[in-house]
Amino acid sequence: MAEPTTSPVITASALSIGYKGETVVSDLEFVLEKRQSLALIGTNGSGKSTLLKTLVGLIPPIAGSLTIFGEVPQQAARRTAYLSQFHSTAFILPLRVFDVVSMGRYAARGLTGRLNGEDHDIVSDSMRRMDIGNLRDKPLRSLSGGQQQRVYIAQALARQADLLILDEPTAGLDAGAREIYQQMLRDELCRGASIVIATHDIQEAMDCTYTMLLARKVIAFGRGEKVITPELLLATFGITITTGKKAGIAVVEREHGHDHPCQ
Amino acid sequence: MNWILDPFLSNTFMVRALIAGALVSVTCGVVGTYIVLRGLAFIGDALAHGVLPGVAIAILLGIPGIVGAAVSAAVMIGGIGLITRKSNLSSDTAIGLLFVSMLALGVIIVSRSSSFSGDLVRILFGEILGISGQSILLQAIATVVIIITAIICERPFLLLCISPEQAQVSGFSSRLFHYIMLAMIALAVVISFQTVGTMLVFGMLLAPAGAAAMLAKRIRSMMLISSLIGIVSVFVGLLVSYYFNFSAGPSIVLVASVVFFLVLIGKNVQTSLRLRAEAQKHG
Repeated sequence: MAEPTTSPVITASALSIGYKGETVVSDLEFVLEKRQSLALIGTNGSGKSTLLKTLVGLIPPIAGSLTIFGEVPQQAARRTAYLSQFHSTAFILPLRVFDVVSMGRYAARGLTGRLNGEDHDIVSDSMRRMDIGNLRDKPLRSLSGGQQQRVYIAQALARQADLLILDEPTAGLDAGAREIYQQMLRDELCRGASIVIATHDIQEAMDCTYTMLLARKVIAFGRGEKVITPELLLATFGITITTGKKAGIAVVEREHGHDHPCQ
Repeated sequence: MNWILDPFLSNTFMVRALIAGALVSVTCGVVGTYIVLRGLAFIGDALAHGVLPGVAIAILLGIPGIVGAAVSAAVMIGGIGLITRKSNLSSDTAIGLLFVSMLALGVIIVSRSSSFSGDLVRILFGEILGISGQSILLQAIATVVIIITAIICERPFLLLCISPEQAQVSGFSSRLFHYIMLAMIALAVVISFQTVGTMLVFGMLLAPAGAAAMLAKRIRSMMLISSLIGIVSVFVGLLVSYYFNFSAGPSIVLVASVVFFLVLIGKNVQTSLRLRAEAQKHG
């Protein structure tokens, strides 16, 4: 039995996004509810990261309205976790894995609030879920790119946020790590969180409730099986992408998105 | 061992120099850590050189050089922020523009005054052997302020090292804490230039912290190691200066640079040996 409808997590209406008055994407209209996920698909520069940054309040909307949990994005920041695409100095930072994941608790504890036993349990659990518990005391800079990415995903998990905003989270992950990551997404949805992901992985998009195709405008928005078609992918990427299993994208055969992956 | 301690036991000015140098080392150890980790070396360099016109004007007006240095540093930080906000230029360009403008202004002021030759050497290379008790007190206060700021702002500073966006979404204003960090760098530069000079303060900000970055596994330990390397450099540099009659400030910075290169060579040798051992182990 489906749960009763709750107030939307994200409501975007006539939303235009961009930088310093330069519009990247306009007229965005969508609603995301609790326990739903949205995948953003598009070429580089199509507006995926711009939309994610707008959702977390890093850049203001140019026009239209955007609410997160009924508030402007900046005020909802404490309920939101954000995994950015780039981490600048990981190759030199003298930090242990545990220290980096612990940063996920800073939002809850503020400038000087002491991290307590509960925080440490949350951090340890986040590391366990991303299968990096054995790396706890390793220096971040000694890890591979894929391992570092799992550390940053665990940091986002440690926020225990109601909305996860993930910018290309599977970048650098091997097959095993992707499986762990997919399970984490399912667990987060079951916990009651909502998720927005920018991705180049069409299979990952198909696992989400909704998919939005972006090419500096909204090409399509809806259920994956309706949106991820050769015609719309051609309009998005400008190239023909076959969707048969031979191409390794076995996507259009799927019947439904996942409203309730934990059922 | 008397030759190590005698210069300090028999000369008050050497003890003062050691205390002042130790304070500079701690200041630069803390601030230099964030300069190295955040890649702020250019702004550190620009601040170190950009204080010259303020110091020169202060000397002309007969007020303490440290006041002029502080005003110069504030003008530079404000100017960099203003240019970056009002144009689409990168902060590197803004820093570079202000760097050369301030340096040029300083050189023009200095060149117009015939009484500046001795002062200029003092500004550029410091006068650690002639440091006053009042200057040491000021340095001690600044060191305490910097340490307290670093402790209070540790979380946003760490997040800034990962990414300014992470600091922002964690509820810390990335702009505010970036400027607090810049103010810390400016304070370290302003307070240290009397000891090692504007030319050499940059070396004390970078060399010990750069070496410590290769050795430390935690940021706090990086600050500690950086400070210790700085203190050892001051001690050895003063001894070298005493026995060979070299200029003290450059001697200290040269020792710190030698330590950096020794650590760099040591780490590379260690890595080569480890890789060779692993290769032998696997076949």
